[in-house]
Amino acid sequence: MLIKNPAKSSLKENQVTDENVYLSRRKLLKSLGYIGASGLLANSAQAKAFDWFSSDKTVFKQTPLEFNKDQNAAAFSQRRTPEKMATTYNNFYEFGTAKSDPVKHAQEFKVDPWSLKIDGLVENPITLNYDDLFSKFDLQERIYRLRCVEGWSMVIPWIGFELGKIIKQAKPLSSAKYVSFATVYDPKQMRGQRSRFTGGGVDYPYVEGLRLDEAMHPLALLSVGMYGKTLPPQNGAPIRLVTPWKYGFKSIKSIVSIKLTDKEPPTSWNILIPDEYGFYANVNPKVDHPRWSQARERRIMGSSVFDQKRIDTQMFNGYEEVAPLYAGMDLKKYY
Amino acid sequence: MLISSIVSSPLRVPNKLIILIRVLIHSVSIVYLSYVFYLAFSGQLLGDPVQYLLDFTGIGAINLLLLSLLVTPLALWLKFGQILRVRRSLGVYAAIYAIAHLTVFIAFELQFEWGLIVSEIVNRPYITVGFIALIVLIVLLITSLPAVKKRMGKSWFSLHQWVYLACALALIHYIWSIKSEELQPIVYFIIGFLVLIIRGKKLNIFKK
Repeated sequence: MLIKNPAKSSLKENQVTDENVYLSRRKLLKSLGYIGASGLLANSAQAKAFDWFSSDKTVFKQTPLEFNKDQNAAAFSQRRTPEKMATTYNNFYEFGTAKSDPVKHAQEFKVDPWSLKIDGLVENPITLNYDDLFSKFDLQERIYRLRCVEGWSMVIPWIGFELGKIIKQAKPLSSAKYVSFATVYDPKQMRGQRSRFTGGGVDYPYVEGLRLDEAMHPLALLSVGMYGKTLPPQNGAPIRLVTPWKYGFKSIKSIVSIKLTDKEPPTSWNILIPDEYGFYANVNPKVDHPRWSQARERRIMGSSVFDQKRIDTQMFNGYEEVAPLYAGMDLKKYY
Repeated sequence: MLISSIVSSPLRVPNKLIILIRVLIHSVSIVYLSYVFYLAFSGQLLGDPVQYLLDFTGIGAINLLLLSLLVTPLALWLKFGQILRVRRSLGVYAAIYAIAHLTVFIAFELQFEWGLIVSEIVNRPYITVGFIALIVLIVLLITSLPAVKKRMGKSWFSLHQWVYLACALALIHYIWSIKSEELQPIVYFIIGFLVLIIRGKKLNIFKK
């Protein structure tokens, strides 16, 4: 067994630089690939991993973005999750159910040309092409906490524009009460959409929804970038939603359709397991998931097991300013 | 057994080969486990290291457990009595991997929040099931020390049939822990229960 042992000093580097880490990580994973993967014996699911580890596949090209820095000082007081973690640990079942599947299987995903339609109950339907996503609105950075329903969390610097801005431009009709979102449906490019098992049983395309007043809240962001660059495909390129006060699965990725409706739209996880995932999915430490506690979370601050910090989960993930949206609602019932 | 009557002569290999297999089981299990933990400690794994360790130790334990259960049918089938000697090594490492699995859960997933650890084990059925499987494996691990085994006499064999219960619970724990349909746990579930059915006929606990 040939194992590359990097010098101790190189470990620290892992947590900062991109290019270097990426290269050294690949070398390591190559050596790991032969004996690594998750089972003691190789099995079919891992066999595919070998392709990735042994061949030098192309890596999706991200471009630097121009944007206004996040002025919210409080956001900086929390340590950001290293970019490497946020871009290699993803739930994006369109590319496979394992956390490492999206980064492995999404690198050749085509984002240009792209078409995002905003229509439904609006006066002025809008279609944005790939370039429009970055040029129609001023881009700003937002450093948000991301709390996954599974119990882990990260702090990520997103770049994008407020969802409310584009909805306002589309001029919602007075009958519009909800906003529904859909991810691109492209089984040719998304292996999870081709097979029930690779895609975790979700009925694709993935759909999500918000109440119109939730969608108009200034915290709701349409993100086109992270860590100063355009989004990589595993994080939902070219455009995704970020609703930081809700569990991560609400933040739908690779959006092609935003439709205003008068009825509560169906949402993918709610269709799949209705008693575990509701329409609202607000982060709430007092309402447990039927199978696990939501009172605390594991903040992923780095790539070592020692960089994981257990902290209390906050109501609305700490974004108390959204509380008025739910005044008088029983949040146990509307989970 | 029908099949064993087809194979006419018992299979024999040099003792050295059996010793070699056992050395291999020991070294691969230990080196592999330590190597993956080293990568997790030094932050060199792809994705979340805690989840990786949980998956690695959990699936590793199930793999070893299934392998150990296949030893006896193999021995009967091929009249290959010598191979029974690798059964213990496999079983011991299945228990060690399962202990490592719980250790990761306590130390890195819940980080020694004992109140939460206890309530998760008690209140979350899939964790309860996994925990019972682990307790059984620990009892079997302790009683597989040669001195203990000798002292227990015949009762050792009936105690060690609990391994089938541990295996069934471990598989239920695995399939219950996932968020939605995934192929790998389902395949494990099917293979595991085939093994259990094959072996089930031999079980005293079902006959009583």
